[in-house]
Amino acid sequence: MPNIVVLVKQVPDTYSERRLAEADHTLDRESADAVLDEINERAVEEALLIKEAHGGEVTVLSVGPERATEAIRKALSMGADKAVHVTDPALHGSCLLQTTRVLAAAIGKVDGVDLVIAGNEATDGRGGAIPAMLAEVLGYPQLTHARKVTVDGSAITVTRETDTGLTHLSATLPAVVSVGEKINEPRYPSFKGIMAAKKKPVETFTVADLGIDAAEVGLAAASTTVLESTPKPPRSAGQRVEDAGDGGAKIAEYLIGQKLI
Amino acid sequence: MSEVLVLVDEVDGEVKKVTFELLTAAREIGEPAAVVVAAPGTAAKVKESLAAYGAAKVYVAESDDVATYLVTPKVDVLANLVGAKSPAAVLIPATAEGKEIAGRLAVRTGSGLLIEAIGVESSGDDVVGVQSIFGGAFTVKAKSTRGTPVVTVRPGGVEAVQAQGAAAEETVEVPAVDAAKATTVTGREPVVGGDRPELTEASIVVSGGRGVGSAEKFEVVEQLADALGAAVGASRAAVDSGYYPAQFQVGQTGKTVSPQLYVALGISGAIQHRAGMQTSKTIVAVNKDAEAPIFEIADFGVVGDLFAVAPQLAGEVAKRKG
Ligand SMILES: Cc1cc2nc3c(=O)[nH]c(=O)nc-3n(C[C@H](O)[C@H](O)[C@H](O)COP(=O)(O)OP(=O)(O)OC[C@H]3O[C@@H](n4cnc5c(N)ncnc54)[C@H](O)[C@@H]3O)c2cc1C
Ligand SMILES: Nc1ncnc2c1ncn2[C@@H]1O[C@H](COP(=O)(O)O)[C@@H](O)[C@H]1O
Repeated sequence: MPNIVVLVKQVPDTYSERRLAEADHTLDRESADAVLDEINERAVEEALLIKEAHGGEVTVLSVGPERATEAIRKALSMGADKAVHVTDPALHGSCLLQTTRVLAAAIGKVDGVDLVIAGNEATDGRGGAIPAMLAEVLGYPQLTHARKVTVDGSAITVTRETDTGLTHLSATLPAVVSVGEKINEPRYPSFKGIMAAKKKPVETFTVADLGIDAAEVGLAAASTTVLESTPKPPRSAGQRVEDAGDGGAKIAEYLIGQKLI
Repeated sequence: MSEVLVLVDEVDGEVKKVTFELLTAAREIGEPAAVVVAAPGTAAKVKESLAAYGAAKVYVAESDDVATYLVTPKVDVLANLVGAKSPAAVLIPATAEGKEIAGRLAVRTGSGLLIEAIGVESSGDDVVGVQSIFGGAFTVKAKSTRGTPVVTVRPGGVEAVQAQGAAAEETVEVPAVDAAKATTVTGREPVVGGDRPELTEASIVVSGGRGVGSAEKFEVVEQLADALGAAVGASRAAVDSGYYPAQFQVGQTGKTVSPQLYVALGISGAIQHRAGMQTSKTIVAVNKDAEAPIFEIADFGVVGDLFAVAPQLAGEVAKRKG
């Protein structure tokens, strides 16, 4: 009966383009500008599948601003049991290290955690580091970039998929897992699920509640600092020609002119 | 000059190009010291090529444990070196594994973590990471405020330039792994790389999108890629439709590439696709829809049928190569 904590993050919606490009995709659009990161839906799904097979409880955890409650509700409406939301103005501008420490402290507030499931990489920051960092802080084994997860008693095995291929992993619970895009197809919340989610408990913590000094988190205490940021001039369109039976030759000419071939 | 640690990425003794890029970047801020954490016998195979890209030192940490445990042996070795050598920075490839190693190392050493840099610079006593964010829309410079900066550097972000280094070897220990906290690797199925260059390493990438229409027809994309000596990429729609395997996906949830030349065939140019390729030096697009957004960022665009244009281009390239 593993107790599972799923880490979810609300990210800026990049989907307005997708609406045009992929009309066949149904997306939750409760909020126009922020959504539950797609990869986190897969993390929630995997937690629910493990719960369905082995029992236990699924707790959703998010560290983020007030409006992250929408992402939390979405995870609850999929079927997670309860949620922990760490929200505090002091967190604004936190670096990866600070976020990891806060996540670890919040996980400490959940009883008897056997498994932490995260997405492998957030679509906003593309850090791809938090799950491993969390494993380091918690002293748990990391089974990351999972394409397949199998829990058997206290043993866990994962098929990891990265650019380099598949790696078969095994470890003992408690452990941190991160899931990749191909792990599963997340379920859509049912109407019943959406209604039930409204009544599920969401516990809210400030950093002080977690025993962390507010001065240790946020921009001022971050381990990295941005010195400058320059918008790149947007790329402008170059030449465009209609193919009149010589399109390929025209490209070849252009590439020769640019010394690219 | 202080040392800059560079974690060597290699497979079976063959050094990945990103390692040379990191050694090149390291020379901007100090003296490159390559760190080989690998199976016994690896350093002997890789030393020469590390020297060719300016490695002044090579730390050799060899043990069978490296293949047995995921990530941790590399973190352990780097953490010990950071403690013993006080380097100016640690540079790690921004690959899936590299990001994890870097994250854990930053936690372990209490250092700032700069991710996905496309270059590093010195500014006074500071090491500054140059980052390209939001799919290349902004360039950001950032530094670490504590500890030894740990920087993940994006493959293809820096151009590798040769320089002779002494590659003086020093053996370091691979600390014993705490099995209870570690993850055991029970098997590996490496991707069998064909004859084509790797997507993130290639100087030319030819990608196909949903417009290609089927897995069989992706041959047209491959033939052009082969004529150009390019890697093959795919849009997510092409991957989701089963035309091409997922590891070739370019974009926000796929690979970020910045080759000299990117050729987009039958790709509309959605923002999420652009996020992975718009820092390419030159972009060429073929699309039968004159309104496709890919044309907004293409240096040279052809409005036409990719099945006519791509083979003709492949033929022209072949002719030129004789
Ligand atoms: C969270 C998230 C992450 C995403 N990540 C990625 C990502 O990493 N990479 C990615 O690519 N997408 C990503 N997408 C999807 C993205 O929004 C687009 O749906 C996708 O890029 C479209 O792929 P496409 O251009 O191949 O297909 P379409 O948009 O369907 O375009 C096909 C194009 O082919 C042209 N065409 C058709 N036939 C021909 C022909 N014979 N000759 C020439 N042209 C032809 C058409 O005119 C059309 O422009 C993501 C979406 C979301 C929501
Ligand atoms: N602030 C956060 N709150 C909850 N989960 C997070 C947070 N940041 C990162 N994560 C988790 O870590 C995964 C990887 O994120 P990252 O390492 O930032 O790419 C995400 O998919 C989430 O599951």
